[in-house]
Amino acid sequence: MNAAAPSGTPTPRPDPHARRHWRNQRLSAIALLPLGIWFLYMLLTLPALDYAAVTFWISEPLQALLLLLFSWCALWHSALGVQVVIEDYVAGRLYAPTALLLQLMHWAAAIAAGWSIWVLAAGGT
Amino acid sequence: MSSHDRPLSPHLQVHRLVFTMLLSGLHRISGLALSAASLLLVAWLVAAACGPDAYATAMRWLSGLPARLVLAAALGAFWYHLFNGLRHMAWDAGFGFGKAASLRSGWAIVALTAVAFMLTLAQAWRYFGAWP
Repeated sequence: MNAAAPSGTPTPRPDPHARRHWRNQRLSAIALLPLGIWFLYMLLTLPALDYAAVTFWISEPLQALLLLLFSWCALWHSALGVQVVIEDYVAGRLYAPTALLLQLMHWAAAIAAGWSIWVLAAGGT
Repeated sequence: MSSHDRPLSPHLQVHRLVFTMLLSGLHRISGLALSAASLLLVAWLVAAACGPDAYATAMRWLSGLPARLVLAAALGAFWYHLFNGLRHMAWDAGFGFGKAASLRSGWAIVALTAVAFMLTLAQAWRYFGAWP
């Protein structure tokens, strides 16, 4: 008899979207570990925070690339994290527009960061 | 998936506050603080890309006392979220579960956060002090 066998509904396969979210949150976290420490180190060891020092820093191609990677990973990780928070605290019909608004904000910030770093890497305005 | 149909969590008011719970809540709060700080970073980069005048305006605004307090809080959130994130990574890999282990790792990240925050704040003071 199969009375001893596990009964009830079979274990469902996790939702692929949820699995991707879980994996991406950890991927971006792992990327942010060195990138975040690099960014803070650079920020705290610049000779000054004036226009000349900051634009000189970002005009170096490798520094611009790392800054771009850091900004995008941070915004990616932020978008994933914020989504979990609103899933927990925003109910009913407010959920969808709130989620959309926050997604758009993150996309806008990512585009703005990309544009700025591109301009600064090309030698400033 | 209709995630908006799910029950809302966590119901904070039905639990007595314990140390590990406080740390868990702080992970969220520090994460949200860093989300806000990342927008500040983007605004700073946009100002730099717009030229010296826009950058000077941004720096004048960032050197005010409210902005300095916000940046110091973001620095604390950075270290806390980083160290507690490592703690989460260990849990994901199957290590450090259990009451004693999670209490110990909790105190460890609080200590690490305090030390890293003090050291980097001291370094940042160079700018804080130099700003007009």
